[in-house]
Amino acid sequence: MIRLDVRPTPSLAMSVLSPVIALTVTVTLGGLLFLALGKEPGRVLSMFLFEPFNGARALTELGLKCTPLILCALGLGLCFRANVWNIGAEGQFLMGAITGGGLALWVTNAQLALSPWAFFPLVVLAGAAGGAAWAGIVALLRDRFHANEILVSLMLVYVADLLLSWLVFGPWKDPRGFNFPQTVNFSASTEIPRIVPGLRLHWGFVFALVAAILMWLFMFRTYRGVRLQIGGPAPAAARYAGFSASSAIWTTLLLSGGLAGIAGAFEAVGPMGQLTPHVASGYGFTAVIVAFVGRLHPIGALLGSVVLSALVIGGQLAQSRVGLPASVSGVFQGILLLSLLACDTLIHHRLRLVGWSRRTAP
Amino acid sequence: MSVPRLELRHVTKRYGDVVANDDVALTVAPGEIHAVLGENGAGKSTLMKVVYGAVAPDAGEILWDGQPAEVRTPHDARALGIAMVFQHFSLFDSLTVAENVWLGLSRKVALRDVTERIRAKAAEYGLDVDPLRPVHVLSVGERQRVEIVRALLADPRLLILDEPTAVLTPQAVDKLFETLRQVAASGCSILYISHKLDEILELCHACTVLRGGRVVATCDPAQETTASLSRMMIGAEPPRLERRAAKLGPVALSVERLALPCHDRFGVPLEDVSLEVHAGEIVGIAGVSGNGQQELLAALSGEDPRADAGAIRLFGEPIGRTGAAGRRRRGLHFVPEERLGRGAVPSLSLATNMLLTRQEALRAFGWIDRAALRDQASGVLRRYWVKAAGPGAVARSLSGGNLQKYIVGRELDAVPKVLVVAQPTWGVDVGAAAQIHAELLRLRDAGAAVLVVSEELEELFALADRLHVIAKGRLSPPLPAADATVERIGEWMSGLWAGGPGRPEAVAGGPA
Repeated sequence: MIRLDVRPTPSLAMSVLSPVIALTVTVTLGGLLFLALGKEPGRVLSMFLFEPFNGARALTELGLKCTPLILCALGLGLCFRANVWNIGAEGQFLMGAITGGGLALWVTNAQLALSPWAFFPLVVLAGAAGGAAWAGIVALLRDRFHANEILVSLMLVYVADLLLSWLVFGPWKDPRGFNFPQTVNFSASTEIPRIVPGLRLHWGFVFALVAAILMWLFMFRTYRGVRLQIGGPAPAAARYAGFSASSAIWTTLLLSGGLAGIAGAFEAVGPMGQLTPHVASGYGFTAVIVAFVGRLHPIGALLGSVVLSALVIGGQLAQSRVGLPASVSGVFQGILLLSLLACDTLIHHRLRLVGWSRRTAP
Repeated sequence: MSVPRLELRHVTKRYGDVVANDDVALTVAPGEIHAVLGENGAGKSTLMKVVYGAVAPDAGEILWDGQPAEVRTPHDARALGIAMVFQHFSLFDSLTVAENVWLGLSRKVALRDVTERIRAKAAEYGLDVDPLRPVHVLSVGERQRVEIVRALLADPRLLILDEPTAVLTPQAVDKLFETLRQVAASGCSILYISHKLDEILELCHACTVLRGGRVVATCDPAQETTASLSRMMIGAEPPRLERRAAKLGPVALSVERLALPCHDRFGVPLEDVSLEVHAGEIVGIAGVSGNGQQELLAALSGEDPRADAGAIRLFGEPIGRTGAAGRRRRGLHFVPEERLGRGAVPSLSLATNMLLTRQEALRAFGWIDRAALRDQASGVLRRYWVKAAGPGAVARSLSGGNLQKYIVGRELDAVPKVLVVAQPTWGVDVGAAAQIHAELLRLRDAGAAVLVVSEELEELFALADRLHVIAKGRLSPPLPAADATVERIGEWMSGLWAGGPGRPEAVAGGPA
């Protein structure tokens, strides 16, 4: 039998080296995998580990991918720390895309000439409202009727997905769009201002960074944030202190729903510039992994989003350039995540083989 | 002298920079009841874990029946015939008593047989244990009984008991001592870890005294007095309590005909509970654990706000339906029985744990002034002699006694108008217990109302101006401390007061 023992004091050197070891393991295993598939290991590996970071264009594309992941993961980290298992960030993201995109559509159709800087706060509010309202349903059902929030939030993803489909197949369809399920392209007034002209990275990325810092302050520097995190690890202590469980449910869900909604709105009016059924592309689910890779910490979420974004971009590059099947990209991403988590675990724990001594004991 | 059952030589164990055991020697003869005496943090628990194979020593050797023995795991220890009752229980909450015991046994034994064996063992030793109750509904005292029965089931040759009497009635302690003498007479050695001096004088044949991880003395308790033992243990005699006559103020906390159905079918429903605590007095509630203390405390603290609003009043104001935070704002503070997970969040720092009940370090918009919070926590650490690395240490890293001092200190430091305390000194060493008692008396003298719920009669006699006894969810009438005797309170613990519920075994014996 194998047992995990907690190490009394994790070695500092190992804590620093952990990502390096994880990377080495991944490169070795991944290289063998690509070799077995008849691809050039060096070339494919560099698509995952090097090219997403190579040059201004690549870096800004990476930031663009990171933005929705950061926003969703920030809220999820807070939820998970409070023992509120919101699995439906994807749905809240979609609702934010609908409300934010809907606002942009209205501005476009009304031919309002706004400055993009005036529109930016409006689209943030619209996205937050959509996402928060969607998560509010979860909070209401959990608080009033003790409905399981995992189930409710997950099922609401499909409702949001169908709602978006109905809109873009029906009332919001571009009349001159050759019957494709998509809205018209939003007008220039609604475009999120870009950080560097010519590159797609927009100010939503900066918004996400600021949100991470604010979330960090909220979680560790405010009474409300600390209160939220006590119900998770020690519900009896939260009751003893008199911290309201229902307030924790509402606060975490509305905050995380709002952040996911903002991410959705940014995605709709940012890089896409229109609504299609494919606006979400799994950001809300990937953010669950980001949150955990980042140890449910806001700053960790930033790092986690970089890792996951690089994996996604690398997978797309490998698919288009050397024809690596998407499933193999998935396997490679799995190897990296697994070795990251394994190294992390082994720094704090020690593997011990027990069982042999037990059998030979008198 | 015959071959010792157990002998330790030069045992040393370090945790980082802390030397928990320093060159410790210990010799236990067959059939001997050997006391290991020491304050919290003196290294008693670590030493016992070494004997039990739960901790590997850095140096030293263990001899069993005169032969060098390798005790690398608790399994090795059990194979030698060593059984242990830990201070912190290792029971799974979601399983029943019988299932918990069954887990540690060979799979060939049927659960039904285990149930029967538990009943038989419990009856043999006069321990009140129902094998079919789930562990999560048991109080601390009841859990300990389960652990004792579990250890005895193995028919051990060396039984280690870590503070076993903390939660027993005086009658039950006497019974346990009889049991232990029986066990010892049959040839089983007993290692008895305690800081209760009179118990050691009464029960033990030999005594090893630890201080700061080293053996400072080995003695024969028959030749010693509590004072001499105390000197060896802490290097000084414990301070004597100063008691002044109570100056009664108005009624601060009153409970009138409180009735509460229980949450689950193994809880104890409260019936017709009435009591009054005046400003400037300490009221004690005695009773065997599991007779409604937990339910009453939750109703008083506001963790269970189901009572009729008027059934509980704070300075005349009905608060039966007010939550814990609301009651605290009105001046009622509470020290719960469980320290980890209820009184403190194990994974958070001591400073952050201040925020559970204290808000002085908060600024506008709930902003936490970290420096003020750390200062506040440091102040409690200093004033209540809590041994901790500092305000940044996580609650989990403190020993039970030190965390208790911290939690009691945190609530005392708030200068409450009404303080409800459960087991104020459970697992706390003599010096610290005396200090907590003195602080409670000082709070009383300053005009606060104090309600102490404890299973240690000595403590209640030392503190309380008036005493109630709780049995079977009902509360006895008050008794002035001057009229309270151990015999009378002991009888009342069985529900035998005029109009009382009668023998508690009737409830405690089986699921209601």
